[in-house]
Amino acid sequence: MTTKDTDFAIEGHGDISVGVHGAGASGDGSASATRITPGNALRPEDIALEISRGQVKPTEDVAEFALRIGDDGLILAQRLGHWISRAPELEEDIALGNIALDQLGHARSFLTYAGAAWDKSEDDLAYFRREHEFRSAHLFEQPNGDFAVTIARQFIVSFYQYELYTKLMGSTDATIAAISAKAVKEVDYHRDHSAQWVLRLAGGTDESRARIIQGFKLVWPYVDELFEDDELTTRLAEAGVAVQPSSLRAEFDRLTGEIMAEAELEVPGVPQSLGGGRKGKHSEFLGYILAEMQVLAREHPGASW
Amino acid sequence: MASQNLQSVPAELSPEEQEREAAGQAYFDRIISEDSRIEPRDWMPAAYRKTLLRQISQHAHSEIIGMQPEANWITRAPSLKRKSILMAKVQDEAGHGLYLYSAAETLGQSRDQMMEDLIAGKARYSSIFNYPTISWADMGAIGWLVDGAAICNQVPLCRASYGPYGRAMVRICKEESFHQRQGFEILLELSNGTPAQKQMAQDAVNRWYAPSLMMFGPPDDDSPNSKQSMAWNIKRFSNDELRSRFVGMMVEQVRVLGLTLPDKDIRFNEETKKWEHGPLDWNEFKEVLAGRGPCNSQRVERRREAHENGAWVREAAVAYARKQAQKENAA
Repeated sequence: MTTKDTDFAIEGHGDISVGVHGAGASGDGSASATRITPGNALRPEDIALEISRGQVKPTEDVAEFALRIGDDGLILAQRLGHWISRAPELEEDIALGNIALDQLGHARSFLTYAGAAWDKSEDDLAYFRREHEFRSAHLFEQPNGDFAVTIARQFIVSFYQYELYTKLMGSTDATIAAISAKAVKEVDYHRDHSAQWVLRLAGGTDESRARIIQGFKLVWPYVDELFEDDELTTRLAEAGVAVQPSSLRAEFDRLTGEIMAEAELEVPGVPQSLGGGRKGKHSEFLGYILAEMQVLAREHPGASW
Repeated sequence: MASQNLQSVPAELSPEEQEREAAGQAYFDRIISEDSRIEPRDWMPAAYRKTLLRQISQHAHSEIIGMQPEANWITRAPSLKRKSILMAKVQDEAGHGLYLYSAAETLGQSRDQMMEDLIAGKARYSSIFNYPTISWADMGAIGWLVDGAAICNQVPLCRASYGPYGRAMVRICKEESFHQRQGFEILLELSNGTPAQKQMAQDAVNRWYAPSLMMFGPPDDDSPNSKQSMAWNIKRFSNDELRSRFVGMMVEQVRVLGLTLPDKDIRFNEETKKWEHGPLDWNEFKEVLAGRGPCNSQRVERRREAHENGAWVREAAVAYARKQAQKENAA
């Protein structure tokens, strides 16, 4: 091996002064693993551009719906982001960080789109709404707990989101369909990640098995809320924009059931919580999540970052 | 020859072993003199192996500990776009740690052992991560100054004589280059923002400037290992040379930012054609290195906590893999 192989990296040194002299070569997808969106997939910035050109605008109902899904992703990303630098293995720092990034990416797209109905940006919605204005379901705000709790939460979330986004790919609303088409590929990976860990933890040591059983017990009360229909979803289902959440339940039960059976785990017989997140009724947890997330933005209202 | 001053071949070796050692040394010397690459299975002097292992593992530890000061702002990033970029950046650093631990493992030490050494306080990491990130602008200053200094240091390492290290550095440098630009962009946005934002940016630059200059290591006349590392083609430029280049770049870029560097002695020396800077507090550098920085104990404690809290998860993964293998064997 000669040093010639690294010549291009020496050229890369020029990148250090980019920003002063103009564009560098490393804006392309191959230059950085931090590029979130491979290829030509839809980015929140693309949606914002379409909105600013007046090409898309959601109805009030569609915006309300996008807000729900966007808030789910945002709150979950906020929770998962806390694992980065604290995970059991470096590989999991990366995996959980990646899932958080995906969730945040979906959230940004849905919130950007929702905001178009009210002339608000993704950041207006994320940083300047209060607890009762958030529409996320309770599952997403549940604390990380230990790794088993996080995996149990992630298992439910990813199987639910996979069913949801698969159906929304056929939405009559082109933007909802496009965001979902991108999201479903990523969520498919999240399913794989969480299912593998459920199997490992359940079939690993006595301790890990006890912990995953306990983890499921803690998060299972928040499953039913995900599949509740209401007036909004009924109207949107009739219009072909969305599907009734209840219609996703059978497939969710079947697929999660297969993994649970393989892991020799039982669905915990715990009472289901009343929920209410879609109407802005939240647990005590959300206030703290928002306090931390919003503190800096609110110190400098109107500032650009 | 590059490696003449290495320890001599131990006397207790058999004649055949002595011959093998001599042939290995001759091969190694030739590779180094041709500025080519040593690969993991090649013979290498014990001191070369030890130096590399120390350098690469310290570098890996720096990436891993370096995640913490930035992860500190993930939950509070002031816009969703910034949050997303910051998450990706910290994730990149975990990836850099992984490549580097892998490169170090090719020299014969396990990642578990390196992690144990880090947690036990036996291994070092870049001293700069022992300073706290107290404002959002620190995300900009770390990207611009700290990652900028890291790039100056690391680009020549892409040509390091040890193959796995050089190759790991190629990818790392590409990503670091992105990190540096995003840091610059954060500062630029703040500098063009409200007066409070601009003040935040200047304050961060003021705090990170000197520590980032000290990242290049002690002055050349106080850097005992540099000479040998240069002879082995691991290190290509001296600490002071790299530091001077870095200052030159920052001087240019800080003008574009509309900020200032907290150093009134910066000047271009027409005679030497090198950038010069004001005196640095090497006493502070040594204090922080010795464990007396503001965050030394916090950083190692966080790593220890994550590692120990994760022990049951790692054990579960191993136990599960073993059971699966047994099942497959039985089938």
